Amino acid sequence: MDRSRFVAPFVLQYSYKRSLGPVLSQFATALRDGRILGAVGSEGRVLVPPVEADPATGASVGRLVEVGPAGTVMSWTWVEEPGDTDPLDRPFGWAAIQLDGASTQLLHAVDVARDALKVGLRVQPRWSDERSGTILDIACFEAVGATVVIHPSEGEPVTCFEAPTRIGYTVFAGAVTADFLEALCEGRLVGRRCPGCQKVYVPPRGSCPTCALAMEEPVEVAQVGTVTAFSVVRIPFEGQRLEPPYACAHVLLDGADVPLLHIVGGCEVDDVEVGMRVEAVWADPIEPTLASIHFFRPVA
Amino acid sequence: MRRVTIEGFAEIPPVDRDLDHDEVEGVRITTAGALEQAGLGRDDVDFVCSGSCDYVMGRPFSFAMAVDGIGAWPPKAESHVEMDGAWALYEAWVALQCGDIDVALVYAFGRSSLCDVGEVERMVLDPYTLAPLGIDSLSLAALQARSLMEAGASERDFANVVARNLRAAGEAVDVQTLLAAPLVRDPLRAHDGARRTDSTAAIVLRADGVGPAITGIAHAVDAHHPGMRDLTRAPSAAAACAAAGGTRGVEIAELHTPYAHQDLILRRALDLSEAVQINPTGGSFVADTPMVTGLARIGAAARAVREGAGKALAHVTAGPLLQQNLVCVLEAS
Amino acid sequence: MRPCAVIGIGQTHHAAKRPDVSMAGLVREAVLRALEDAGLDFSDIDAVVMGKAPDMFEGVVQPELYLAGALGAVGKPLLRVHTAGSVGGSTAVVATKLITSGVHERVLTVAWEKQSESNAMWALSQQFPFQPPTTAGAGGYFAPVIQEYIRRSGAPAHVGWQVAVKDRQNALKNPYAHLKIPDISLESVQASPMLWDPIRYLETCPSSDGACALVLSADEAGCRDPAWVHGTAIRSEPMLFPDRDEVNPRAGSDCARAVYAKAGITPDQLDCAELYVPFSWYEPMWLENLDLVESGWRAVDQGVTALHGRLPINMSGGVMSTNPIGASGMIRFAEAALQVRGRAGEHQVDGARLALGHAYGGGSQFYATWIVGSEKP
Repeated sequence: MDRSRFVAPFVLQYSYKRSLGPVLSQFATALRDGRILGAVGSEGRVLVPPVEADPATGASVGRLVEVGPAGTVMSWTWVEEPGDTDPLDRPFGWAAIQLDGASTQLLHAVDVARDALKVGLRVQPRWSDERSGTILDIACFEAVGATVVIHPSEGEPVTCFEAPTRIGYTVFAGAVTADFLEALCEGRLVGRRCPGCQKVYVPPRGSCPTCALAMEEPVEVAQVGTVTAFSVVRIPFEGQRLEPPYACAHVLLDGADVPLLHIVGGCEVDDVEVGMRVEAVWADPIEPTLASIHFFRPVA
Repeated sequence: MRRVTIEGFAEIPPVDRDLDHDEVEGVRITTAGALEQAGLGRDDVDFVCSGSCDYVMGRPFSFAMAVDGIGAWPPKAESHVEMDGAWALYEAWVALQCGDIDVALVYAFGRSSLCDVGEVERMVLDPYTLAPLGIDSLSLAALQARSLMEAGASERDFANVVARNLRAAGEAVDVQTLLAAPLVRDPLRAHDGARRTDSTAAIVLRADGVGPAITGIAHAVDAHHPGMRDLTRAPSAAAACAAAGGTRGVEIAELHTPYAHQDLILRRALDLSEAVQINPTGGSFVADTPMVTGLARIGAAARAVREGAGKALAHVTAGPLLQQNLVCVLEAS
Repeated sequence: MRPCAVIGIGQTHHAAKRPDVSMAGLVREAVLRALEDAGLDFSDIDAVVMGKAPDMFEGVVQPELYLAGALGAVGKPLLRVHTAGSVGGSTAVVATKLITSGVHERVLTVAWEKQSESNAMWALSQQFPFQPPTTAGAGGYFAPVIQEYIRRSGAPAHVGWQVAVKDRQNALKNPYAHLKIPDISLESVQASPMLWDPIRYLETCPSSDGACALVLSADEAGCRDPAWVHGTAIRSEPMLFPDRDEVNPRAGSDCARAVYAKAGITPDQLDCAELYVPFSWYEPMWLENLDLVESGWRAVDQGVTALHGRLPINMSGGVMSTNPIGASGMIRFAEAALQVRGRAGEHQVDGARLALGHAYGGGSQFYATWIVGSEKP
């Protein structure tokens, strides 16, 4: 079987709304105003970027002090081919920078010629024109030069920010699922029987959940079955396929030993009852997903 | 402390992309294999603990689907950590120390082929001051490698680690050729990163069994921000090692090194002399499956003891740049 | 096995959103309260166990690593437990074993969720390729099960409303609870929109940001009124198999039986219980599943589970009033401990000396329980 048929992309993406709390809010507001703050920890160490608790002791950080703006590169690397998520769109360096007055290093991008980037290089922030109170209010660091004057913004303290995230996945259906979906694409529901308990699972699993045995024997089941439990969904939610109200039900297909969790449609929700006989209503064309059964409708 | 032994270890051999087993099958096969080695049945298992990661699998509650692989019927005492399976083994070891159970089953599963694991690693970073930069794992590793070079290490030292690991895995490798490869993140080259794989692994622990005995197991964590640590050191690895009884007499060490230069840091942190054989078959460097590698290191160390080593050590790491470390010391029963 | 004492308890003021804190701030609010309650400092803690539900809720992977400093865990062992909805409870169980095993003397454990940073519904309804389609949303799994309980027991509809009212009225007496609905009544619950038959809006749990922390110790450590752990138990079963009883899952009843045996008690000896009830009808269902009463719905109907009833349930307001998913299980365990320490304030059960904490998760698959008492076992 051509397994490449059962490959699909999946994207997990969300833009999180993050609240900063009092310490990081001060840091963010200062960034917007063109200043960098550090947190005073135990033994007078100045922690940059500021944290709410001193890692050495767990104690809450009391106050923040201004550091930099200039600092020294303590370690570096070079990105010859920047990607979409990099802060600069031309070759640049990442560096660990010890700002003047700080005891720890801030990680950030450095925009200098490759052969200029070295441990000991003195750098200063290049501020973004648009600043909203995030670490990227510093567009990057550059070699020290003329002092830049930033006028504080006079706005309200920054208390939150948005953090977009995105990860792309390439999903291959496992062999057991691929077999099931291949038969499904032919309009057949084929489960598997456990050699131990002899029960038929639809859809089949890579292991019988109670016996922990491989289920190898294919068993075609009917497309007709019985409602063994149900409820009526009345609220909208993301990814819903039918408009509420509709019945979500456990449908035990003839020949199967576990119910399918699916939908009963094609009738009034008030007519759905436990024990009702229902049959599958298929989409056309059939895609490799159980959603290709639109719903189960009462057998005439 | 109660004497806990490793009675069985089974793994799906790590491959770039495992199309032959889904997660449930992998768990079924490896747990059955480990139990068979141990001469035990599912009903003998008192406690089950697993390690895996939702973001690696792309789904919330991804551990739940794998429970079907162990046959939790009748219901089983079962738990899960969102960490490498090595920490699930630690939890199981603690449970056995309580004295009221005797057999624990541990498993872990993960894939490098579902997504770019580097993207998941980026989301481990402090969401306020590190993640928004978009800095990637390889760049972070390069910063650490550069720090090591400032302290006297060389690119040749890194290449020697790569060569040693690849040769142990049966590949013909030449240090000069390695050094001639282009830098991808000065001073790192593409081959300086461990090869990422898919696999599943399972281990059976028993109180007072006959297999290799865990004579020490401990773990610790360092500060998160790379700029707040001395990246040339791994204090939590040293602390874990000391708490696990130290490395005197260790003949074989399975080190978990996502990047070759970290071998140098760990040798020092774990006080491993030149006499210790590190990664006799290439170890995690040639097959690094997220959430599984660590458990597999413990399994490999146990295998080394079963095959004749008197004392072996497994090291496992998590988080950016060796932030968190676990050490497990095994001796022949 | 050594004994294990609960010598410090802390929780946050739970709310729909906590925009006044970062994740570290939320976690530390509970942790610092627990340490203060215990009269201890981070330097007294040997190990930290953190519990949380899926990382998709906050979009931070393995957040215990970013939180290592905030948890006072640098240089120490740090574990992160994830067992779905039961996680707060199973985290406390792991922490307890670190003490009873003799491995550590003092353990800090915290469970939390800052789910307002995303949308819990989004996280829970992602359609992964090649998996059966999600047909009904989070509550949709439970609703058919509840319908089956009602069918088997013949329970009248108002039982669910009674639980909803009781829990929210209890919450008014709990300064940390999220939902405060002073005018809640059977009428207002019945009038609220139906979501999934028979569950109405006011019969469901909220989505909350919150954290709960405990300090566990191998001895009293100078604490005048510790709660003592008399037993813990965890059980899991598969979600889908033939003839599975989803109404009365065996894993739940096995878990209860195991924890009663560990504590050497029969359930009638319990003075009160904090049970994981996210939808009203789970109170009568769990009462039966945990062998606490013969007929769960009759116990509710007769006021047995009211704050001053024979067997008070969810004196804190329960999950129905506060639900930061990762923390809810630990809040149950913590509230049970508060009761036997006599520290539950306005929602205190008079003379409570033995209490059950219960948490569950997944498709009613994962269970964690503990029994705490005022006497050292």
